[in-house]
Amino acid sequence: MKYTKEHEWLRVEGDLVVVGITEHAATALGDVVFVELPEPETVVAEGDEVSVIESVKAASDIAAPCDGEIVEVNSKLVDNPGLVNEDPLGAGWFFKMRLDDMGVLDGLMDEDEYNDLIA
Amino acid sequence: MRCRAVFYPAESGAALADDLLYLGLNDLHVAMGGKMVPFAGYSMPVQYPAGVMKEHLHTRAAAGLFDVSHMGQVILRPKGTYEAMALAFEALMPVDVLGVAEGRQRYGLFTNDAGGISDDLMFANRGDHIFVVVNAACKAADVAHMTAHLSGVCEVIPVTDRALLALQGPLAEVALTRLVPEVAAMRFMDVGVFGDIWVSRSGYTGEDGFEISLPEGQAHGFATRLLDMPEVMPIGLGARDSLRLEAGLCLYGHDIDTTTSPVEAGLTWAIQKARRTGGARAGGFPGADRILGELTDGPARVRVGLRPEGRAPMRDHTALFAGDVPAGDVTSGGFGPSVEAPIAMGYVAAKYAEIGTKLDGEVRGKRMPVTVAAMPFQPTTYKR
Repeated sequence: MKYTKEHEWLRVEGDLVVVGITEHAATALGDVVFVELPEPETVVAEGDEVSVIESVKAASDIAAPCDGEIVEVNSKLVDNPGLVNEDPLGAGWFFKMRLDDMGVLDGLMDEDEYNDLIA
Repeated sequence: MRCRAVFYPAESGAALADDLLYLGLNDLHVAMGGKMVPFAGYSMPVQYPAGVMKEHLHTRAAAGLFDVSHMGQVILRPKGTYEAMALAFEALMPVDVLGVAEGRQRYGLFTNDAGGISDDLMFANRGDHIFVVVNAACKAADVAHMTAHLSGVCEVIPVTDRALLALQGPLAEVALTRLVPEVAAMRFMDVGVFGDIWVSRSGYTGEDGFEISLPEGQAHGFATRLLDMPEVMPIGLGARDSLRLEAGLCLYGHDIDTTTSPVEAGLTWAIQKARRTGGARAGGFPGADRILGELTDGPARVRVGLRPEGRAPMRDHTALFAGDVPAGDVTSGGFGPSVEAPIAMGYVAAKYAEIGTKLDGEVRGKRMPVTVAAMPFQPTTYKR
């Protein structure tokens, strides 16, 4: 698992990466009440705002962690946004991407580095 | 993830400013895991570890305990007769003060000369004096206002050595009667004095419940005894806001302020017949021309309930449109945990105020459909 400074996680699954938000981020947001997902087949650049997440306390954007294409989205979040709180690293995933270059993952944080960031 | 907007500041206690005031029960909130945030000059618990959603639903299902000690408690004690004091108080509000029977509480509003609302409040006839509860953010101004206008007829005495707790929900009576058995006989908006403990059967959640004023030194023990009961859970500001929004109740500074009149705000039920045109003591309060005029002719804009389609909440300041024409603004909005949908309230031009009117709200640059809806969103359960 890799992590970004913006509290997103990336997990390699075959030739794709799955993207979600970390448990730390989900806890800080509080109960999530609304998720807006990108359209599949959207080509995105690193930093593009691709998703909106609203909790009882705040509204946030999820940025694309790397250049690539959105391939699949977790439509279960639309009807059940609470999945982000219940299982942020599993059933609460946001979207799957095909990265232009899988090599960029090497530049992201590993678990220890991320834990240092939020400590 | 990038934060776009925070509805409640989320700093930890350590990050709070030095000039914040702390509640008498601050240590208890921190010990219970309360996330403390600045609110109206006080460090207040926005939520506990259960979270806003569970706290909200628990209050509707059982009983929630809120620390509202930041609010202003004031006693008006007559220098002459109670009647003279009540009549002077009426000169500040479009409300029938004189008609409130002993042992009863009523909702009131201070109005300004322009017919706007400078605060909303509760006041009770306690026999030989009036007990007033005002909003925290307005309390200094309210005390100054009352002192300036009422000093001839009464003493205006801020009560600064008492905590104020609210116990709300269907099991509030079961819980509170274990400590104060007499409250079982109270009805909605009754008030009672039981030794050192002052109780009203009221609150701001739409649920049956009580507000309890008690000496600060007794508050920790009293709150702990309630919290030890299986029915009772501590509830923060986050759920207090979603509960009052579902109940269709106004939050001062958002849904009502110095520019909104009581008539625009839909608070005409708070203006009793005696103070209206043709009543026994018609007018004679600040802004009477506008307020009585709007009662006769109708206001230009009206506070309405709003149900956004889909799940995206429409927060305060969301602009509303009828086609391409600006129709108004949202003043409070969020997700209603009990109605399981986004809900909001706001002001629209009178011609769009009919229930069922379809409008659009602009959320993140996109127009989203929203329907004018009846309030409360969640039926109230007051014990009348």
